[in-house]
Amino acid sequence: MKLSELTSKIEGKVITGHSLLENEVEYAFASDLMSDVLTVDKEDILLITGLNNLQTIRTAEMAEIRFIIFARNKKVNCDIKELAEENNIAVIECPWSVFKTSGVIYQLGIKPLF
Amino acid sequence: MHLKYKIQGGNFSKAGFASSEVKKILRQLSIEPKTIKRLVVALYEGEVNIVAHAYNGLITVDIDTEKVTVTLKDNGPGIPDIDKAMEQGYSTASAAVREMGFGAGMGLPNMKKNTDEMTIKSVVNEGTEVIFINYI
Ligand SMILES: Nc1ncnc2c1ncn2[C@@H]1O[C@H](COP(=O)(O)OP(=O)(O)OP(=O)(O)O)[C@@H](O)[C@H]1O
Ligand SMILES: [Mg+2]
Repeated sequence: MKLSELTSKIEGKVITGHSLLENEVEYAFASDLMSDVLTVDKEDILLITGLNNLQTIRTAEMAEIRFIIFARNKKVNCDIKELAEENNIAVIECPWSVFKTSGVIYQLGIKPLF
Repeated sequence: MHLKYKIQGGNFSKAGFASSEVKKILRQLSIEPKTIKRLVVALYEGEVNIVAHAYNGLITVDIDTEKVTVTLKDNGPGIPDIDKAMEQGYSTASAAVREMGFGAGMGLPNMKKNTDEMTIKSVVNEGTEVIFINYI
């Protein structure tokens, strides 16, 4: 599914990465633990998280994650936005809990990693 | 090519800066993306460990035609039992570190997984030196 369509289905707000909206999202992973995210072998996945700090973006940068949804109504600050833009990572804010966001995205047919 | 980065312990806003710089350089050398990812994930885990567990440190990266050698050397509390530290789930991370999304005791095993050769030397109350090599 295209990132643009997925974003509208979760009432998301695109903060960075408008140029990535036409990209296809195939796999997603949900975690607040960056230690966990760094063990993921697949690239170009969508990360659903409630941890909104710079290390989330750094982790995505190293792990080649292209799309991040900040769930739980977490707002992104300027530093996070800047670093995400620099790394061409799409950041989307979502008002729902991680559970609901993940559930809806799963139902849209996005695949889990395991 | 020889690269050097100073790392400040406790400063999470800068954590990952060195790894990011190295990643950019490796990309310019047009090394395979999978190879770059393994290397920078291991490097980032090591950089975060210095920030999370030590006082200050120095990362050096040597790139030649066949391999990249990374040395992460810090002044810090050291690791009393390296075998134990290598176990998945073992962590002494502070609450502040956990709040940043780290401290699950997964970093060192993940470094091992993402490197071709890795050695750790540590002296309690002095510091730790992790050296790893990845072939490119
Ligand atoms: N540079 C270091 N200096 C001192 N102790 C360290 C250092 N690196 C690791 N350790 C010790 O080894 C433990 C395990 O490290 P490891 O990287 O596997 O997990 P972590 O850093 O605690 O959590 P995670 O990496 O999952 O975020 C640490 O909790 C710490 O006690
Ligand atoms: Mg660690």
